[in-house]
Amino acid sequence: MAIRRGRGVAAINYPTGMNLGGDPTQALVHSTPTGNFMVTLSSVDLGQGMKQIMAQICAETIGVPTDRVVVDTADTDTGPHCMGTFASRGTHRAGNAVIQAAKEARQVMLEVAAEELEVNASDLETNGQGNILVKGAPQTSISIFDVALSAHFKRGRSISGRGMFLIPRSYPEKETGAMKPSTCYAHACTVAEVEVDDETGEVTVLTVKNVFEIGRALNPKMVEQQLVGGSWMGISHALYETTEPYYPNRDHGGTDFNQYLMPGPGDLAQTEIIVLERPSADGPYGAKGPGEMCANPQIPAVANAVFDAVGVRIDTLPITPERILRALRAQAAN
Amino acid sequence: MELRKNYFADVRNDDLHEIGQPRPRSDSPGHVTGKTAFFADRTFPGMLHLKMVRSPHHHARIRSIDTSEAEKHPGVVKVLTAKDVPHNVYTILILIQIGPEDETVLADGKVRWKGEAVVAVLAETERAAQEAAAKVKIDYEVLPAVFDMEEALKPGAPLVNEYHGQNHYLYDSGECRKVRFGDVEAGFAGADHILEQSYQSSPIEHAPTETTGCVVAPEGNDRFTCYTNTQAMFFTLDNTSIILQMPGSKLHFVGGTVGGGFGGKVDVIVEPIAILGAKLTGRPVSFVYSREEEMQISSPRAAEKVVIKDGVMKDGRIVARKVTGYTDAGAYSRHSPYGAQKGAGHYPGPYTIPNVWIDTYCVYTNRTPSSAMRGFGVTIGDFALEVQMDKLARLIGMDPLEFRFINAYRDGDMKAHRQPTEGAALIECMQEASRAANWPVAEKFMAMSSYKKGA
Repeated sequence: MAIRRGRGVAAINYPTGMNLGGDPTQALVHSTPTGNFMVTLSSVDLGQGMKQIMAQICAETIGVPTDRVVVDTADTDTGPHCMGTFASRGTHRAGNAVIQAAKEARQVMLEVAAEELEVNASDLETNGQGNILVKGAPQTSISIFDVALSAHFKRGRSISGRGMFLIPRSYPEKETGAMKPSTCYAHACTVAEVEVDDETGEVTVLTVKNVFEIGRALNPKMVEQQLVGGSWMGISHALYETTEPYYPNRDHGGTDFNQYLMPGPGDLAQTEIIVLERPSADGPYGAKGPGEMCANPQIPAVANAVFDAVGVRIDTLPITPERILRALRAQAAN
Repeated sequence: MELRKNYFADVRNDDLHEIGQPRPRSDSPGHVTGKTAFFADRTFPGMLHLKMVRSPHHHARIRSIDTSEAEKHPGVVKVLTAKDVPHNVYTILILIQIGPEDETVLADGKVRWKGEAVVAVLAETERAAQEAAAKVKIDYEVLPAVFDMEEALKPGAPLVNEYHGQNHYLYDSGECRKVRFGDVEAGFAGADHILEQSYQSSPIEHAPTETTGCVVAPEGNDRFTCYTNTQAMFFTLDNTSIILQMPGSKLHFVGGTVGGGFGGKVDVIVEPIAILGAKLTGRPVSFVYSREEEMQISSPRAAEKVVIKDGVMKDGRIVARKVTGYTDAGAYSRHSPYGAQKGAGHYPGPYTIPNVWIDTYCVYTNRTPSSAMRGFGVTIGDFALEVQMDKLARLIGMDPLEFRFINAYRDGDMKAHRQPTEGAALIECMQEASRAANWPVAEKFMAMSSYKKGA
């Protein structure tokens, strides 16, 4: 009886957005009298930080710092339609809607600035710090604060914009299945290293090295929190979790976290995250949806590592000590 | 975390101001100091609590329901049964024309899974609602149940859901969603090796910190405000409008700050019945799942069975792949027909294979209806595909990572569902993993690119 070590690899891709499309999201953007910007949505922040990302996207597009953008979301009396936060669609769909709305607002903002500066709007640019400058002559400038005041109180303009993003729905061809499931795909490759105790069947995940290609890391810290959390969830899915431990038998289902097992802090693998960025053609600043796919490659990587360690295949999830021991016994019996 | 900017630098503009910056989240201070308001932080004077009477049987006919004792229980204000729900038989994807309506808000004449909602009790306190729920008398005639997908698909199996008429979803393509590409049998015939393997998963729970729930307040003007942790505001509002036969203009949903979803909060379960309770009593109503309900009543990730048959050459090329996927929807559709369809669009994985045959089935059994979860339609498929890839590599004596390079899809390659590959990056992920994990592969693989050949 011994502790045996093994490693496994898995490589995957994952579609961004609702399968087959047809999932619209809208956004509205407007400025306050002093040049702050409101993004109005009905999208839901599940804790992943959607509000923050929408603020950064709006800020980038308008040309102001992120702290001048406020996101008001998920009130059906005020927010325009969003299909919902699922299918790795939040950043991609709502982000595109916010860009379109922010571009329209930005255009009005530049027109008002042009009137104030007596130049053409097409000759203006933003510096990202809250100022609008004449291209090539940055000494001629006006603050967005002053532009917003002018728009509201002098020029009678609404610095606002409407945004809408919709991937047209694809209908699968009945006989061949020809279809367009998604317009962009994220990618990942994970290498997991495990130790398996061949006496108890217990698996310890020592390291997971995850490489994720996500189009664009709009906010690297928030990407990291999502990818690390997803990696943990994948390991948990591989080794611990089920509501029906003897599926298809309905008995022994857990009803609380004492019975429904998940890895605790002491069970966390050493986790490495590497991010590549190949901007997608239709993503907001190239972003794809990494929210779901980041929890997928660990499962087969761990399963393959268990085989590498002890030479038995567990093709049923979760890979519990009981299943490993039964497989080892069957292997010994042969 | 490390950003490896050397990959794809030629197609990326990195001179942005706000994008790519690790700005602190504006909502974090509220979250970590406990100041963020979630739906359950809303309380209203006179608020009632809703508890469900649930089926103890997997499959049974309801002979009678007697609520008289429950109604007399101190603190009970209203007891609801199927006849109180205006449009009791519904399905949520009807909004995107995926029917038929196959599920009841409150069971009517029959229960199809253990835990199905039959009677809703509204009382002044949670305790009174719970105690009264225990006093509801339901006379059941237990029926044979089916739990195994293969058993369910056999002729003569107990019929789970009469609205479908058979124990699988009927697509426009027939009993399954199909993808046909090339000639899979010819591919097998020409292969050096054939490997057919079967993979199985069990249902899992989303395990959000915050359980599913809502608080509803009547506004006094025929409008109802529903504070909810749904993942989809208008999807829930519009389905509620159908179920309650109430104009959408009477409904106001407020949410957007959720303690974890993972796909578990895209079913429309708590809001319609809570709003109906508020309408019929004129009082605010709270309906929040217990942890037990979250784990055994709310939809889990479906169990799936995936059978993969591959033809592979000694040089590492996969020449044919046949996948048959089964999704255990439980007793009702919810999002499962979509999930099984999504699997058909995902197989055969990120590999270029000239001959592909895919069938994905959505199967009904007498268990808790499954529905969306992080990786919906794909996660279990990827487990099966990537374990299969490992087995194939070992079968032909090849390094598992190098084997994947040989088959990896690249820009321009035609996928089985007849879309050309765009924006591929699998090869670069594997190259970086090779470096990071100190898992060397041959130099020719490290020199590969996802870019279109010659471009």
